[in-house]
Amino acid sequence: MTNPILEIRNLHARIEDREILKGVNLAIPAGELHAVMGRNGSGKSTLSYVLAGKEDYEITEGEVLLDGVDLLGMEPNERAAAGLFLAFQYPIEIPGVATMTFLKAAMNAQRKSRGEGEISTPDFMRAVKEAGASLNIDASMLKRPLNVGFSGGEKKRAEVLQMALLAPKMCILDETDSGLDIDALQVVSKGVNALRSEQRSMLVITHYQRLLNHIVPDVVHVFSDGRIVESGDKSLALQLEAKGYADFDSEPA
Amino acid sequence: MMSALDIPTLKENIDRETVDQVLSLDVDKYKYGFSTDIESDMAPQGLSEDIVRFISAKKNEPQWMLDWRLDAYRRWLTMDEPAWAKVHYPQLDFQDMYFYAAPKSTPAPTSLDEVDPELLAMYDKLGIPLKEREILAGVERPNVAVDAVMDSVSVVTTFREELAKVGIIFCSISEAIREHAELVQKYLGSVVPVTDNYYATLNSAVFTDGSFVYIPKGVRCPMELSTYFRINEKKTGQFERTLIIAEDDSYVSYLEGCTAPMRDESQLHAAVVELVALENAEIKYSTVQNWYPGDKDGKGGIYNFVTKRGDCRGNGSKISWTQVETGSAITWKYPSCILRGDNSRGEFYSIAISNGYQQVDSGTKMIHLGKNTSSKIIAKGIAAGFSDNTYRGQVSAHAKAKGARNFTQCDSLLIGDKCGAHTVPYIESRNATAVFEHEATTSKISDDQMFYCQQRGLNEEEAVALIVNGFVRDVLQHLPMEFMVESQKLIAISLEGSVG
Repeated sequence: MTNPILEIRNLHARIEDREILKGVNLAIPAGELHAVMGRNGSGKSTLSYVLAGKEDYEITEGEVLLDGVDLLGMEPNERAAAGLFLAFQYPIEIPGVATMTFLKAAMNAQRKSRGEGEISTPDFMRAVKEAGASLNIDASMLKRPLNVGFSGGEKKRAEVLQMALLAPKMCILDETDSGLDIDALQVVSKGVNALRSEQRSMLVITHYQRLLNHIVPDVVHVFSDGRIVESGDKSLALQLEAKGYADFDSEPA
Repeated sequence: MMSALDIPTLKENIDRETVDQVLSLDVDKYKYGFSTDIESDMAPQGLSEDIVRFISAKKNEPQWMLDWRLDAYRRWLTMDEPAWAKVHYPQLDFQDMYFYAAPKSTPAPTSLDEVDPELLAMYDKLGIPLKEREILAGVERPNVAVDAVMDSVSVVTTFREELAKVGIIFCSISEAIREHAELVQKYLGSVVPVTDNYYATLNSAVFTDGSFVYIPKGVRCPMELSTYFRINEKKTGQFERTLIIAEDDSYVSYLEGCTAPMRDESQLHAAVVELVALENAEIKYSTVQNWYPGDKDGKGGIYNFVTKRGDCRGNGSKISWTQVETGSAITWKYPSCILRGDNSRGEFYSIAISNGYQQVDSGTKMIHLGKNTSSKIIAKGIAAGFSDNTYRGQVSAHAKAKGARNFTQCDSLLIGDKCGAHTVPYIESRNATAVFEHEATTSKISDDQMFYCQQRGLNEEEAVALIVNGFVRDVLQHLPMEFMVESQKLIAISLEGSVG
C-alpha cells in the first residue's frame, strides 16, 4: 500500500543530441538500500544528476516520484528540501566558505523552504559535533573552506556529514568509494550504515563490488546502455565481480 | 544668471531674491557677517564665484577659508574633467546643479508609495525601521526628519562629551573651521592639495560639510567613530569634506557610510577625505558605500567621484583603508597612502560589487617615499549583470624608499557573461631594493558550484551570496564587527537578480 520512497518510471534523458537514459524503471521502498552497478559510461552518474536536477540534461520521457510527489518539476534546491540528497563522486570546492558555515547555510535553507525557523546555534553545534564524531571530523576540519585542499577521504566524509545533518529521505551515493583507501572506506561505510533506517532509502551507484562488502545492499541492479538490464539480491554483485559486465551487454531490452 | 521665464514658483522667487541680493553686494561686505542677512536656505542654481562666496558666507566662514575656496574655484575653471577611467556618462552640466542645500530638481516623494519599489524591497530585507526608510528614501515629511535629528542630538552630545574628556575633537568640518582654525589651516589640503584633480578641486571650492577628527598625542580613541553619530545635515552629502588627524602614538578607527541605500536627487557626489598620521599613529578608515545605483535599466543613480588619501607622515605610522562598494551608478575612487615616514605602512582592502548597469573604476595608490615602508593591497571585484568593474592601482617606490615592499592581490569574480572585470596595475620602482609582488586572478562562479549548493538546498540567490561571501572573506574580516555582519547581508542583496 505504501508508496516507494523513490519511483522512476520509463525515464529518458539526453544531453544535446545524445540519449543517455533510455527508459529507466526503478522503485525503492522505504528502508531499502539498492545498488546500481555498471561500467563506466553506462549512464549511472547521469541518472544521479538527472534525479538531483542538474540542468545540462533534457528529460524527454518518463516521470520520477519522491514519496509520491513529482520530482522533475522541481528546482534542485526544492528537491533537496523535499528530502533528496546526492553524495557527489567529486565534491565541489567552495573557496572561502568554512565547512561549518556551509553546513548551517544548507540546513537553514532547507528549513526555510519547509517553512521552519532557523536552527539555533547551540542546537546546530551539538548536531555537528555528534555527527562529526563518528566520522572522525574535528573542529579544525570544519573551519576549513569546504572541500578546498581536502584529501579524498576528507571529501567523502564531509559528504556523509552533510547527509547526516540534512536527514534526507532518499540518499543517492555516486561512486562514494572512488578515491578512498581501505581505512577511509571503512569510516565512510560505517557513517552510511549508521544512517540506514526504516524511513530512509538509499541508492548506491558504484563501479566495483568492493563497496558493497561494507554497505550491503538489499537489491542490486545492473545498469547497461542507459537502462537497468538485470536485478537481483546481493549475490548479483558477486556474480558481476567474477564474470564482468560483458554478459549483460548483449541482452536485449 | 537666471531669466525671469525660468522662475514660475514662489520658492524660486525667493531664490531670485537671493541671487539679486548676492549680486548687489560687493566683495568686502562678505567679511562682516553677511550670512545673517540671508534667510533663504537655497543657493541659486549653477556655479560661479558668487556661489562660492554664498556658501562660505552662509557658513559664517573666516576670510582665509573663503580665499582658499576662491583659489580652488579659479583653479578648477582651468582644469579638464579626467577621461582616463573606464567609465562612461553624459557630460555633467554644472550650471544645472545646486551647490548648497539643493532644492529638489524634481518634486520629492510625499509618501513611500511614490518611491521605487525595488528600493523599498531592499529596505525591507535589511530590516530598516519604517521611519528610517522614509528618511533614506528622501520622503518630504519634515516631522519625521526632525524626530530623527532630535534623537541623534542627544546621542551625539553624549559621545562628544565622552570624547572631549580625552581631548578628542569630533565635530563637523564647518564647526572645526570656526572653532579649531589653527588645526584646519595647518592640515586642510595638505594631503589632497587644492590643485590635486578636477573633482577634488571642485570639492575644495564648494564643499558644504563633513567630519573633522583630531586625536591628541598618545590617545587611543575609545570607540569607533562613525558618521552615524554625527548629525549629517540633510542634503549636504553632495560635496563632503573629511579631515582626520592622528597625533604621535595615537589610534583611531573611523566608519563611514551606511548599509542602507540612500536615494538622492543630486547626481554628482565628489567627496574629499584627508588622513594625517603622525609618528607611530594609526588610522583605520572603513567605508560601506551604498548610494542609489539607478534602476534596473541603468537610469538614475549617483555618480560618485571621490578623492581619499592618507599621509603616513611620521615614522612608523600606519593607515588602513577598508571599503565595501556596492552602490552608485558610477564609482571613481582610489583611497591611497603616501608612505612618507620611514617604516610606515599602508593597507587597502576592498570589495567592489557591480550589478545591473553599474560602472566601477576603483583601486588605490601606494606611494613609497620613506625607508622600509610596506604596503598591502587586497582587492576583490565582483561583476554581475551588465556591469563593468575595473581595478586600477598604482604602486611606486621613489629613489629614497630603500627596502620598500608591496604585496598586491587582485581577484575578480564574474557572474554571468554580460559583465566585465578589468585589472589595470601600474608599478613603478626607482629603487633596486624595493620588492613588489602582484597576483591577480579572474574566475567565474562555475555551474558545478551552483549545482552543488542548490543540491544542498540553497536557491540560486542564496548560492551566489554564499560563494561571493567566501570570495571576499579575506577582506570582510578587516571590517569592524558590526559592519562585517551588515556587509554580508548587503552583498547578498546587491547581487539579487544576477542569476537565472
